Amino acid sequence: MIGNDLLGIEDLEREDIQRILDTAVHMAEVSEREVKKVPTLRGRTIVNLFFESSTRTRASFEIAGKRLSADVVNFSPATSSLKKAESILDTARTLDAMDPDCVVVRHAVAGVPKRIAEVLDAPVVNAGDGAHEHPTQALLDLFTVQQEKGRLDGLSIAIVGDILHSRVARSNIYGFTKMGAEVRVAAPPPMIPPSIESLGVKASSSLREALDGADVVMALRIQSERLAGSYIPSIREYANTFGIDRAKLAYAKDDAIVMHPGPVNRGVELSHDLTDDRPSVILDQVRNGVAVRMAVLYLLTGRRPRAVAAPDEGGLVT
Amino acid sequence: MPENDAGGARTIFTDTGIRRALMRIAHEILERNEDPTNLYLVAIPNGGVPLARQLAANLREIASSEPEVGVLDTTLYRDDLATRSERPALRETVMPAEVDDRIVVLVDDVVKTGRTIRAAMDALMDFGRPRAVQLVGLVDRGHRELPIKIDFVGKNLPTSPGEHVRLLGATGGADGPLEIVVLPEGQSLESARQGGSEAKARTMLGGAA
Repeated sequence: MIGNDLLGIEDLEREDIQRILDTAVHMAEVSEREVKKVPTLRGRTIVNLFFESSTRTRASFEIAGKRLSADVVNFSPATSSLKKAESILDTARTLDAMDPDCVVVRHAVAGVPKRIAEVLDAPVVNAGDGAHEHPTQALLDLFTVQQEKGRLDGLSIAIVGDILHSRVARSNIYGFTKMGAEVRVAAPPPMIPPSIESLGVKASSSLREALDGADVVMALRIQSERLAGSYIPSIREYANTFGIDRAKLAYAKDDAIVMHPGPVNRGVELSHDLTDDRPSVILDQVRNGVAVRMAVLYLLTGRRPRAVAAPDEGGLVT
Repeated sequence: MPENDAGGARTIFTDTGIRRALMRIAHEILERNEDPTNLYLVAIPNGGVPLARQLAANLREIASSEPEVGVLDTTLYRDDLATRSERPALRETVMPAEVDDRIVVLVDDVVKTGRTIRAAMDALMDFGRPRAVQLVGLVDRGHRELPIKIDFVGKNLPTSPGEHVRLLGATGGADGPLEIVVLPEGQSLESARQGGSEAKARTMLGGAA
């Protein structure tokens, strides 16, 4: 199975990541054309299987698939929060019977895309599973930093916010460290998982310490409704201590950029002006998300096993 | 022709020969197209790129009008993507001018089956509607699988289908020496150069099935 799916950045080699980023450079060029479409995946079907609601990521995958001429079908099974594993796999098997060429899966529970990949013939792309991984988000973040800084190796990346619940943080920690960058995380202590430093990052409860000399400041979304009162005293206090504004950004390098996976709680994770203007690159992240997902879909979708590729050698083609 | 030392690569077109052919082709292009200002050279990477640049310089010398040079990757338009288990790497596309109503001259180093040219024409049409499309092929190997004809040929080269014909010097600087070499069946340029050591272990996305 490995090699056919994109389940997490943890599974990738540095060369794999580089290959996706190199491919995405050319996919970004396609998106700048007047006709933003190439026939590469014509006749292929991509299914967006989203158990957890998502507008932005799903739209990004949908546009990416369509720019490559694939047929994209959105499939969002009713999302009661706790579905039995069997019914998820039943859904996956039902889909499989429709012969998709790629299935993009999002689920609120970690590990579901992997289980689905085990029963499907088609390649599976993880579009976010619980607090586990969100690999295409990390890839678009890597791509955006590479675009801004011209390199990844040797950079300092500060990730600020709810590290504990964040699949974006996990995927980015794997991604940036594999590409030779140094990653620091900053959050209120309850939001820092105890084992985080085993991933090769430096954890701190001081924003100033984490931002000191950073090339990139990445703020994570705070799920306010869920966290206030338990992990943090209040949203206001979080914003005062860990919300990034121009004054706190001064701890980082002069040319530091600001990133956020979106959607931003304005005035909480980022000040209003930082949400909209340089040095934040939030809309570039969104734009690059399409290019990176095109690259992933190109590299994974519709590759045929070798036996079928050589029809003369066997009776496998029907 | 001198034998190339490494692993049986045989030079069949030297730098001097290539440059003479490109000068002749520049004259032929002007003979055929009276208005040089309407020409647009579009190179198919990687091999077409240095050839198109040299052709553009030649045209400036002869007609005192240098055409724009575009680069058009054909990979996303290939007809074998569905049947291959590996995805070829993409290359640069840079189209600096509008294609509409221009005389587009596609430039490729080696033309064999014609499938790359078909892909290039499809890609080109997505950029606009040229008045005409013409084709420069530095080497014509024959073995055509599609009804595609080269308008301006550097050299006809009968080869067996399994041999590889490559333009060297194509990926380096613009002014490096060029040569066309023939590699025996089953041999890649890398293996000829590195004495047969095949590239490193396959990585996850690179090496399927």
